[in-house]
Amino acid sequence: MNGKDKRSFKLMIVDDSNLMRRRIERSQQFEELELVGTAADGVEALELFKRTDPDVVTMDITMPHMDGIECIARLVAMKPAIRILVVSALADKATAVEAMERGANGFLNKPFTDRQLNEAIAELMR
Amino acid sequence: MLYEQELKTFVEGTTNFFEIAAQQPASIGSPYLMEGPPSVHEYTGVIKISGKREGVVYFTAPKAMLTVLLMKMQENDFSHETMKDLVGEVANTISGNARRDFGRDFVISVPSVLSGEKPEFTQKPGQRSFIIPINWRSHSAKLVVSLT
Repeated sequence: MNGKDKRSFKLMIVDDSNLMRRRIERSQQFEELELVGTAADGVEALELFKRTDPDVVTMDITMPHMDGIECIARLVAMKPAIRILVVSALADKATAVEAMERGANGFLNKPFTDRQLNEAIAELMR
Repeated sequence: MLYEQELKTFVEGTTNFFEIAAQQPASIGSPYLMEGPPSVHEYTGVIKISGKREGVVYFTAPKAMLTVLLMKMQENDFSHETMKDLVGEVANTISGNARRDFGRDFVISVPSVLSGEKPEFTQKPGQRSFIIPINWRSHSAKLVVSLT
């Protein structure tokens, strides 16, 4: 995955806040990212993944039914090449480390600016 | 019981939220202690805390403030559901950010949201609520922190 490819990449947004899902969808500036769906928790995310096979995921952590950490592990098990950016309010280092160890590729703390979001996605897609 | 440095964590978290998410800083009033749950505004986002500390953190705000906050966030959906979503997200963000100082054993719940009612929670003997007054533009809100 690099910036020179012109193919599109499928994006899935996972967050229990509809506001946050809309915010990420609205704020990301990558033409090559095609939104294939959004999910409100890890269970929905796994179902959506099976239907849409996303390449890039933004993932909240604190969610009902299945949290982001478990969801990350399951997604990576099914598709090792998937790129996951954690977008979470949890600001302790241990959580970031655990997410990365489970297979996440980046971590962005809430609250974030549009610029920070896009820089994190750019880093993810390099 | 909440110590001064810990209170600062929540004050800074609140300031940070408004500065970044609302793109306009809030001014924080002097925190004060209160016995029993304080009054609430029209919407309240509640986070239950467990782990090394127990209690609740909640953010309570009037609809008018939340409406302007949504506008500043480029939203044009001002429905009841969106208000609830926002107030829950504010509470979640401030509580989650507190883990920078409290650590991962400061376990936060998924937010629950109330409209007009006071959150019900059991306070242990000696446990009191710290009220952090928040003033943003011409609006007032509160962050309430009640921890063992």
